[in-house]
Amino acid sequence: MSFWRHALRISARDLRIEGRTFEAIGITLPFGLVALFLAPLALPADADLLADVGPGMFWIVTVLFGMFVTFRQSVAETTAQREAIRLLGVDPAARFTGRVAASTLLLLGFEALLAPATVVLYAPGPIPAWGWLVPIAILAAAGLALLGTLVVDVTAGLRARMSLAPLLVAPLAAPLLVPAARAVDALRRGDGIVGPALVMTASVLALAIVGVLTAHPLQESST
Amino acid sequence: MSGFLHCLSVEPLITLHDVAVAYGDQPVLRNIDMTVNRGEVVALRGPNGAGKSTLLRVFATLLRPAGGTGHVLGAELGTSSAEAVRPRIGLVAHQPALYSDLTLLENLELIADLAPAVAISPSKALELVGLAAASQRRVSESSQGMVRRADLARLLVTEPELLLLDEPHSGLDQAALGLVDNLVRRCIGRSGAVVVVSHLTHLGVAERSVTIDGGTVAA
Repeated sequence: MSFWRHALRISARDLRIEGRTFEAIGITLPFGLVALFLAPLALPADADLLADVGPGMFWIVTVLFGMFVTFRQSVAETTAQREAIRLLGVDPAARFTGRVAASTLLLLGFEALLAPATVVLYAPGPIPAWGWLVPIAILAAAGLALLGTLVVDVTAGLRARMSLAPLLVAPLAAPLLVPAARAVDALRRGDGIVGPALVMTASVLALAIVGVLTAHPLQESST
Repeated sequence: MSGFLHCLSVEPLITLHDVAVAYGDQPVLRNIDMTVNRGEVVALRGPNGAGKSTLLRVFATLLRPAGGTGHVLGAELGTSSAEAVRPRIGLVAHQPALYSDLTLLENLELIADLAPAVAISPSKALELVGLAAASQRRVSESSQGMVRRADLARLLVTEPELLLLDEPHSGLDQAALGLVDNLVRRCIGRSGAVVVVSHLTHLGVAERSVTIDGGTVAA
């Protein structure tokens, strides 16, 4: 029972801090919007082409800039703070879960703010079953949050962690990025999204299992 | 239950035999033999870089020895039993363990919510360190002395048996120096033990002084 209580408390801590500082979203979102705005300038002035690449651009920007939302943890939490939590006997898996939950919510906010800009800039056209975008967005946010938090823990204590972490996350995010882009494409064409959704679900589950199982050894090896 | 009672009755609270610690290839501590008994206050002294803070983190079970053996609160260092005794250990390190964008009270409430047991309420703890009026102030908006007081108040909330204090007087004004003594006395009153790293030549509460130099016990 204390597992979920602790996870909830850790998550609330992260969200409260972000609510006050607005650092993760406030800094990352403008850069994401600029990237979305600049990309069409490098493409031919072709409305159909822009509509086709728009959803893909959305997911690329979400992965590349959204991962920094999850990396804020390694900057925001000092060694003394981490050790104080360790000394309270908090299950490392509960701490991992709480941080992932907070990052998932922040990434969903990031996606929600980025999506209207994508529609305006790329005009991808109507999506008949647009409601299916919601679970795809949730799976992408959860997967990226899991991946980012896991990489933060793996690279904790390394001097080059801030440059190493993005290099690790970007390729490992492919099982989330590719099916997410394909799912949106499929929805635009009016096709089903079972395949991409299953790949994303499997990726999220695999990352969750790895994250929870490695939370303890990673914590104990970080000093 | 009997295991728990056994742990409580264990004497001494800390024993280290020939303990060595290294950061990568760099040895930091070597041949450390040390005992801290229940009810004892030990002052760790020595020059900068001697390994005092590292030794404190070994006592806190946060650092696994590379060599030798040790027991803290009856648990063998480097084993899962050492992790189980962590909630009975309190550490105040160089850096405060408070989140700068939370208020002083929110920081202590977080500790209280995550701790397995709470001795006194966060607001009472802040009152005891003279910060009742500043409880809603964010850490980032507080002075260094206030932050240090609130960091010490963490230990009032959980009242651990083993107190590990790394330069606890740092940043405290003359009027607040008594807070550390009070914290130590409360711990000793509960039959706990305290290890203090301090550069102060006169540490009123310390009963025994151990000097660390060059990564080993000098005296």
